[in-house]
Amino acid sequence: MTGAEAVLKGLETEGVEVVFGYPGGAVLPLYDVLYTSKIRHILVRHEQGAAHAADGYARVTGRVGVCIATSGPGATNLVTGIANAYMDSIPVVAITGQVPTTSIGNDAFQEVNITGITLPITKHSYLVKRAEEIPHVIREAFYIASTGRKGPVLIDLPKDVQVEEFEVDERAFTRAVRLRGYKPTIKGHALQIKKAAALIQASKRPVIYAGGGVIASDASPELRELAEMIGAPVTTTLMGIGAFPKDHFLSLGMLGMHGTRYANYAICEADLIIAVGVRFDDRVATDPSTFARNAKIIHIDIDPAEIGKIIRPDVPIVGDAKNVLRALIERLKGVDLDFSDWLEVIESWKERYPLRYNPKDGLKPQFIIEKINELAPDAIIVTEVGQNQMWAALYFNYKEPRTLITSGGLGTMGFGLPAAIGAKVGAPERTVIDIAGDGSFLMKCQELATAVENHIPIKVMILNNQYLGMVRQWQELFYEGRYSHTDLASRTDFVKLAEAFGACGMRVERIEDVAPAIRKALEIDEVVVIDFRIDREENVYPMVKAGSPLDEIIEDEEGVVEDSGDLCGMEKEGVVEVVD
Amino acid sequence: MVKHTLTVLVENKPGVAARVTGLFTRRGFNIDSINAAITDKPDISRLTIVITSEREGGERQLEQITKQLNKLIDVIKISDITAYDSIERELVLVKVDAKPERRTEILQIVEVFRAKIVDIASESMIIEVTGDEDKISAMLTMLADFGIREVARTGKVAMIRGAKTL
Ligand SMILES: Cc1ncc(C[n+]2csc(CCOP(=O)(O)OP(=O)(O)O)c2C)c(N)n1
Ligand SMILES: [Mg+2]
Repeated sequence: MTGAEAVLKGLETEGVEVVFGYPGGAVLPLYDVLYTSKIRHILVRHEQGAAHAADGYARVTGRVGVCIATSGPGATNLVTGIANAYMDSIPVVAITGQVPTTSIGNDAFQEVNITGITLPITKHSYLVKRAEEIPHVIREAFYIASTGRKGPVLIDLPKDVQVEEFEVDERAFTRAVRLRGYKPTIKGHALQIKKAAALIQASKRPVIYAGGGVIASDASPELRELAEMIGAPVTTTLMGIGAFPKDHFLSLGMLGMHGTRYANYAICEADLIIAVGVRFDDRVATDPSTFARNAKIIHIDIDPAEIGKIIRPDVPIVGDAKNVLRALIERLKGVDLDFSDWLEVIESWKERYPLRYNPKDGLKPQFIIEKINELAPDAIIVTEVGQNQMWAALYFNYKEPRTLITSGGLGTMGFGLPAAIGAKVGAPERTVIDIAGDGSFLMKCQELATAVENHIPIKVMILNNQYLGMVRQWQELFYEGRYSHTDLASRTDFVKLAEAFGACGMRVERIEDVAPAIRKALEIDEVVVIDFRIDREENVYPMVKAGSPLDEIIEDEEGVVEDSGDLCGMEKEGVVEVVD
Repeated sequence: MVKHTLTVLVENKPGVAARVTGLFTRRGFNIDSINAAITDKPDISRLTIVITSEREGGERQLEQITKQLNKLIDVIKISDITAYDSIERELVLVKVDAKPERRTEILQIVEVFRAKIVDIASESMIIEVTGDEDKISAMLTMLADFGIREVARTGKVAMIRGAKTL
């Protein structure tokens, strides 16, 4: 067997059905084997697209996504995609070609030290020196990527290793992985769980703060069971959206910088935070010193390094979210808890401070998302980065996990389109919609060719404000409206661009055309791009300034109220700022 | 400024030291010394790393870094032995100016520090000294008077006293 054959055999053994890639000199032997392999290869148009597609595929399916690139520039083009998967803990295996072992270190043609470059953005990496290592390297790579806190693993394969013949021991492909330096803790410590249960029993105003870890561990059913059993409200991070049904009466929606008022107020007024699969990121704990200032904190996470990194919890629990939540449920079964007073307070906030926007002045992005929600309620939503991402997060009603695919930690513009391709490949029966911004769309629009040529009928809906909208919003609010290099007004024609790639292009400028265009896009079995010309200077609200406490909320003059008042009969320091 | 001594058992594989040291740089820690060598088990290496944290909140940073180190697949075990009663040693080679007329003086110092002269030339000699940090720095201060030409240090190695092992 050759090294390249061993790679494919390893991928097949791991159950890989599809890989996203782009060939080149250093992976020729691998591609030669792929030519006749059962594994489907999707040829992207830029390697970053391969990494994002693998990432999107992994997020939707819960399985490991695989991408392949050649050495040198192919490998460096993967870097952003690998970093993206790393920041969001997404299981991806990236395979790169490398110059022959005999040339490594010589600055050979298309040589880069990709294991070195990706050291801080991979969970682990391998530079394979001999073909006989391949079976167990593949096995380990998949194991590491998909267990514990998930993440990307890179396998760098020199060309000579790919062609090397070796005596294969077939058992090596299925042998159990044993790594003495890697033993993720799954089960929560019993004593800690007991302490957590006691805190819950002693609390009066608990809030569950759930994140991407809940989705990664498939713990949504447990999250819901716990929330309903104890009757505690649930807020999710951007990464946690879908872990809890947004229209559930206990749902507070998203918290943080662009979170709902009621979610942020709940955090400020809570006396107990049950944090599950979250990392107190600065888009959530905008000001760690005041975050949940009245609360004790239970922090459940599979990664011990997350615990105490930003905020010291009162009860740390290292373990898998599903496992720990189950244990908590068992412990609290039959315990009489009543948080109805607290829920009433929250209900009054929800009534008083709903998410809202001013429907005047042209086509509103929020309205478009609401229409998408109405016409495609079961769609998988993928987003780009910027205002479009926040509107998609806030105004679509996510009901199940893995229905919002978004670049959380890295905030990578250009993620959406290739990730949508990966998502659609992973869930071909679902409608997949990429909610895009005009800036982000142009970063990876060449992947329209990938979608069209492989018949992956995704729907790209561009909220076209002809601005780098989110940056413009910051310039408006914090830089005296000096719109330095954020105006994208141009003659670029997205309809023609779509058509040039063989996709269907539409432009929508009027409110009454929104629904028909979306309907048409959903009906036709083609790649569709809709260019929605939205109100250019619409902002994302509510907003909390970076570094400010969560209850210092900015909203425009059409927003809700001018003062936070006596929110729940408790002392409040935060003042609601009004910006016009 | 707090000094910490960490001992890290790692897989004896290429690139492992880079993974470990990379983490320190990323978190703003300066490595004072690092010693890496194989153990009695050929597939395990032992690193002894001495670091000082200059930033405020250094203790917390260090806790974070220890946890991050633990996450590296090739790291088997990491211990901060600063608080333990332990034996700490470093071996240093010092090349000093040694004109014949000053040699006796140097010899006396060497004797007091239980060091060794391992090479002698017409104008210079190499002294080998082993000891803990205090001893090494005292010795180097004494030798500075004669003119140090070159110093090579192994970096510290350390072991907890008693039967306890890592
Ligand atoms: C690759 C990359 N470059 C720059 C940024 C910084 N950035 C964040 S949001 C944003 C504007 C995005 O513009 P657009 O895609 O049009 O979305 P909008 O905010 O207008 O909805 C920029 C430039 C980024 N997140 N990613
Ligand atoms: Mg825009």
